[in-house]
Amino acid sequence: MLPYLIKRLGSLIVSLFVASLVIFACIEIVPGDPASFMLGVNAQPDTVNALREELGLNTSHTQRYVSWISGLLKGDLGTSYTYRSPVSDIVADRLQVSVPLALYALTLTILIAFPVGVLAAAWRGSAVDLFVMGATQLGIAVPNFWFAILMVIVFAINLGWFSAGGFPGWDAGILAVIKALTLPAVALALPQASILARVMRSSLLDTLSEDYIRSARAKGLSRRQVMWRHALRNAMIPVLTIIGLQFSFLLAGAIIIENVFFLPGLGRLVFQAITQRDLIVVESVVMLLVFAVVLVNFLVDLAYAWVDPRLRERS
Amino acid sequence: MMSETRSSRTALKSRNLFIGVALTSIFALAALLSLIWTPYDVTQLDISSKLKSPSWEHLFGTDHFGRDTFSMVMVGAQTSISVAFIAVGIGMGLGVPLGLSAAAYRGGLLDEFIMRGNDLIFAFPSLLIAIMITAVFGPSAVNAIIAIGIFNIPVFARLSRGAALPLWTRDFILSARVAGKGSARISVEHILPNITNLLVVQGTIQFSLGILAEAGLSYVGLGVQPPIPSWGRMLAESQTLISIAPHLALFPGFAILLTVLGLNLAGDGLRDLLDPRIRRTRR
Repeated sequence: MLPYLIKRLGSLIVSLFVASLVIFACIEIVPGDPASFMLGVNAQPDTVNALREELGLNTSHTQRYVSWISGLLKGDLGTSYTYRSPVSDIVADRLQVSVPLALYALTLTILIAFPVGVLAAAWRGSAVDLFVMGATQLGIAVPNFWFAILMVIVFAINLGWFSAGGFPGWDAGILAVIKALTLPAVALALPQASILARVMRSSLLDTLSEDYIRSARAKGLSRRQVMWRHALRNAMIPVLTIIGLQFSFLLAGAIIIENVFFLPGLGRLVFQAITQRDLIVVESVVMLLVFAVVLVNFLVDLAYAWVDPRLRERS
Repeated sequence: MMSETRSSRTALKSRNLFIGVALTSIFALAALLSLIWTPYDVTQLDISSKLKSPSWEHLFGTDHFGRDTFSMVMVGAQTSISVAFIAVGIGMGLGVPLGLSAAAYRGGLLDEFIMRGNDLIFAFPSLLIAIMITAVFGPSAVNAIIAIGIFNIPVFARLSRGAALPLWTRDFILSARVAGKGSARISVEHILPNITNLLVVQGTIQFSLGILAEAGLSYVGLGVQPPIPSWGRMLAESQTLISIAPHLALFPGFAILLTVLGLNLAGDGLRDLLDPRIRRTRR
């Protein structure tokens, strides 16, 4: 296990290093000087230059990269030009929306996908299965922001059950937060649940056709017992990979849904920072999100190797 | 009994293929037709007939500028389909040669380099980077195409490498080697024709993802710019008028849904039709 761990850790560090270079290079080639952008077109060259000095824009590329990375390693994400406060504070603030939203959506995804996937696999070829396959096909094809708009029309405007947008903050109480996050979470969960239900179904069908399932049936276990005791556990590996991927997607990919509901999450932060040329925010938050994705993939790989020794040996 | 369920299953699949191709063709034809004719001019503003509900005069009603929504959906099809199509073309055009060379020089430095590069692109939150690219270089159709195209490269590189690897150990490749053909020539003449089916199926799926991505980008204002209509921006504009003209939110959304659904069904159907190995196994 240890050599495998070291090897995976090494490739994790290399990926992060290359990712940081790519992000830094992207941001450096952005046309438009943040200092003159912030001061407007009528600014004096002296003032612009003074601000460039203050923002550290007059140093070389290498110096800027090194100071950015060494800051990141110490947990210092830099200072936002527009908010005039540490990026880490802003991010911490936004995570209070993004993390609960991602977890809420992931919980809904699992709660929908598991029973639906198991049901479709257990009654394969039946009307239930056909319905599930059709419904999930639709769920994958629906653009989630459109589905969100439709839900706003029905559940926020017509019925008034949930809020149409905005986030009241955690001080407003759990009920207000649930009212604000339910429609976005459902919109995010719908396509993800459709994908996961299909993965669950096909993974279960693969497992159910294995020899050891036939043996279990032959020794007298009922279909139900075989399903719960043998098939489900073994079918979980591909399902877990997808869940890992979905979590990182939900964390970073909620950007459009956050825009639909005017939620102050991470995605919206990056989106606004890009339009305001607040490049340090973009740089640090994108790096943070890449780190989260790489880390989740790493943990999923480790979990595999833990569960299935064959994977360890092969690499 | 086994063969009976199998044949009904195949029939179901070919029905999927039929529906998928039919849906896709409708939108493709609408896009083509919009090049030469639309019921109304989409750049023509007619404030006097703004926010009309659907009628025989305006099948899908009109928007806040009095533009005909039906015509806009037609031109929107052209926008969506061309952006997604070119993006998939970029992904295939760059990804397949990369994957084929990785397989041809498998285990070598080039292979390692290409595959790690792919992993890296996969690690980036795709939508976020697409938004970054379009925002940094300015919102336009070209930048949306590039942003979506980049994420298609690793998909095709991985797929073609994975499909090419087992082929390299086959006898017909060995005989091509003996005949004195080089790796590049074998890749083009013998490997590529054998993986075309897979590429077509994946291309269809990526096409549908591209349509969704284009809609998302133009929804946040980073796709094709006005006055050229796009489904995503039509939805964004409809959102402010949701309580007075809900029909504006319906038609572009259904257009996206049906196009993506059509492509997905066609992709599934094609997979079953073109790849008998999958058809024979369960799934």
